[in-house]
Amino acid sequence: MAEIRVEALRKTFGDFVAVRESSFTVEDGEFLVMLGPSGCGKTTTLRMIAGLELPSSGRILLGGEDVTMRRASARDIAFVFQLFALYPHMNVRRNIGFPLVAQGEPRAEITRRVEETARLLRIDHLLDRPVSGLAGGDRQRVALGRAIVRRPKCFLMDEPLGTLDAEFREMMVRELRELHNRIHATTVYVTHDQLEAMAMADKIAVMNHGVIEQFATPQEIYARPASMYVADFIGAPPMNFIRFDGTVMAGDRSVDVKGRAVAVPRQHEDAGPGPLALGVRPEHIRFDDAATLRGGVYAVEYLGTTQIVTVETPEGVLKARVAADAPVRVGESVGLALNAPRLSLFDAQSGRALRSDLYREEGRG
Amino acid sequence: MAEVGLRGLSKSFSGVAAVRDLTLTIADGEFVVLLGPTGAGKTTTLRLIAGIERADAGEITIGGVRVERLAPAARDVSFVFQQYSLYPHLSVRENLAFPLKAPGRNLSASAIDARVADVARMVRIDHKLDNRATRLSGGEMQRVAIGRALVRQPTVYLMDEPLSSLDAKLRAEMRVELKHIQSDLGATILYVTHDQTEAMTMADRIGILEAGRLVQIGSPRAIYEDPANLHVAARLGTPAINLLPPGLLPGDAPAAARTIGARTEHLSIRRAERGNGRIDWIEHLGDQNHLHILVGEHKLVALADPYVDLRSGDSVEIGLTRPLFFDDTGRRLA
Repeated sequence: MAEIRVEALRKTFGDFVAVRESSFTVEDGEFLVMLGPSGCGKTTTLRMIAGLELPSSGRILLGGEDVTMRRASARDIAFVFQLFALYPHMNVRRNIGFPLVAQGEPRAEITRRVEETARLLRIDHLLDRPVSGLAGGDRQRVALGRAIVRRPKCFLMDEPLGTLDAEFREMMVRELRELHNRIHATTVYVTHDQLEAMAMADKIAVMNHGVIEQFATPQEIYARPASMYVADFIGAPPMNFIRFDGTVMAGDRSVDVKGRAVAVPRQHEDAGPGPLALGVRPEHIRFDDAATLRGGVYAVEYLGTTQIVTVETPEGVLKARVAADAPVRVGESVGLALNAPRLSLFDAQSGRALRSDLYREEGRG
Repeated sequence: MAEVGLRGLSKSFSGVAAVRDLTLTIADGEFVVLLGPTGAGKTTTLRLIAGIERADAGEITIGGVRVERLAPAARDVSFVFQQYSLYPHLSVRENLAFPLKAPGRNLSASAIDARVADVARMVRIDHKLDNRATRLSGGEMQRVAIGRALVRQPTVYLMDEPLSSLDAKLRAEMRVELKHIQSDLGATILYVTHDQTEAMTMADRIGILEAGRLVQIGSPRAIYEDPANLHVAARLGTPAINLLPPGLLPGDAPAAARTIGARTEHLSIRRAERGNGRIDWIEHLGDQNHLHILVGEHKLVALADPYVDLRSGDSVEIGLTRPLFFDDTGRRLA
C-alpha cells in the first residue's frame, strides 16, 4: 500500500482547462472521495493518477516514486469502473481469479488468493456457482473481488455504484467502507453523489471547474464549508443562504440583515460593504414563536426520524429539519430561530467563507 | 376530481399473478402512493385503472361509475410515465396545449392560452414557454410532462415513478412542488414508486404492495411507527430498521416473538466498560452520525447526534427504547 501525492497537476484539452494546478496528498490507507458535478475535473484527475491520461504539467508520486510518465500497467493500481461487468460464462472462482491468471501467477497461489479474497468479501460459499444466477449484491461483491485480488498499491474507483438504485447503493456504500476498514487500501473514489462521499470518505476533495475548493474530512466540510459552492453541494437539503447587503468588522458578534440584528460567531475579518450571505444548515433552524424572522409553512416532508419543513420568509425560502413529532401544518405561520454558534457568513461575490470563531476551532466535529 | 374505488381487483399474466384481490378506495382529492419493489404489481394496478390492461376479476369505479368496460379514452384519467415523452418538434407551449386540442374538446384559443399559462406557472416553466421541448434540461422536460397531465383536469391522475429519471436535488424539489400543486388543485392522485422517500414525503396515505397484495395502508406516520409486519417495517426507514433475535439486547419480549425490530433512533447508547456492544465504525453524514455497532455477531446501525463523543472501538451499553415484536410468520405482535 502507498501514499499518493499529486503536485501542481494540470490538464488542458486545447483551450479547455480540465484541472488547474491541483496539489493534494492521499495518505497511506486513506479513503479520498473526489466530489463534484460532471465536468468539474474529478474523473480527469483520477485518470491521470491511473496513467490513462498524461498531465499537461505537474507530478504524481505513488509511494514516493515519480510515476507521472509511467504507463498505467506499470503503476500497480486497480481501476474499478461500474462494478457490474463480470464474465458471464465463468463461475465466481474464475471471475475473481482472472487478473491473476492474466498475470501468469502459479495455480496454487491463485487458489489461495481467490479463497482469501472471497472470505474477505464473505462470498466463499459461492465460489463454484455460475455468476449468472447470483443476486445483485453478490454480483457486486464478485466484481469487487476481481479488483482487490491483485492487492495493488491503491484503488481508483470511478462512480462504481452509479447505476444502482438508492437502497441497493446504500448497502454497497456500507460494504465498500467496511471492506476498506478491513484491508486499508489507499483509495481514490470519484462520485457526484454527496451522500456517498459523506458516508465513505476519510477526506473529501470538493471540485468545481477544475479547482479543489475544499479538501478536508466530511465533518469539517459539512460544519465549516469553505465556500458557498461547497455549502450548497453538501447536505440534503443543502445549506440555506440568506442574502443581504452589509458590512462585517472583525470582532462583530452580530450582523445587520436588512435592519434585523442576527447573532453570529465572533467574526475574524472585515468584509463589505457589499453582498453577503448568511449560511444556516436546516438542523440549525428551530421553531420559536418569539423569533422576529417569520414565515408561512409551504411544505412538510415527514421522513420518519425527522421532518423537513419548507418555510417562505421575507428572506426567501428556508428549509428546517425538525423533530419528527413536532406539530406543524402547511399554511401556518412560524417563527424561526437560528443557532448562532453554527452560522457561516460568506462574501457573496467571491463565495468565500469569512473567518470566525466557528471557522477557527478546527478539527472538531 | 373524483373518488376511485378498486374492489377485489386481480390480474395474472400467463399464470403469474401480478395483482391479487386488491381493494382500495382513493378519496376525492387524496394523494395515495403505492410503494413496492419491481414486480410488486404497482404499474399493473395503474394500467388496470387507465384501461390499458383488462382485469381478470374485480370492479373499478371512478366517481361512482363502473369503468371496467369503458375504453381508456372514456375513463377520463391522465397518465404520467417515468420517461417524459414530449413532442420534440413542438415548443413547450404547444406540448402543454396538445391535450386541449384533441378532437371533441372544442376549447377556444383564448381558453387554451389561459389554461396553458396557468399550468406553466404552476410547474414553473412559464419563462420557457416558447423553447423547443428538446432544448430543456431533464428536470424541465419532466415538469412539462407533468404540466401536460395537469392541463386536462381529468378525474384522476395516475403517475408511474415520474421523478425517477431526475437527479437527487431536482427530485427533492419536485417532490415538494408536486405535493403543493396537488393540494392546491385538490387533485386525486394515485402514484406508484419504489422510492420510500417519495412515498413518505408526498402521500396522504401509503399502500405497501408485496407480490401483488396490499399488505398495509395508512398515513406515512402510521406505517412508519406502527408497521403491520416485518416486510412493512423493513420497507420504510433509512437506514433500515435493525432486526434482532430476542435476548440479544436486554428487555422483555412476548413469548411468541421471534424477531425484534429496533429503528435506528430507538436504541439507547452509552459508553460503558464491558458493555454489550462495540462501535465498529462511524459514518459522519453532517446532520447526524450513523454508528455501526457490533453486538456479538450482529451488526446494528444507530443514529446519533454528530456532537456525541463516541469513537470507533468504544465499548458501549445498548438498550431498546421502542422495540417492535414480530412472530415466526413476520406478523407484528401487540
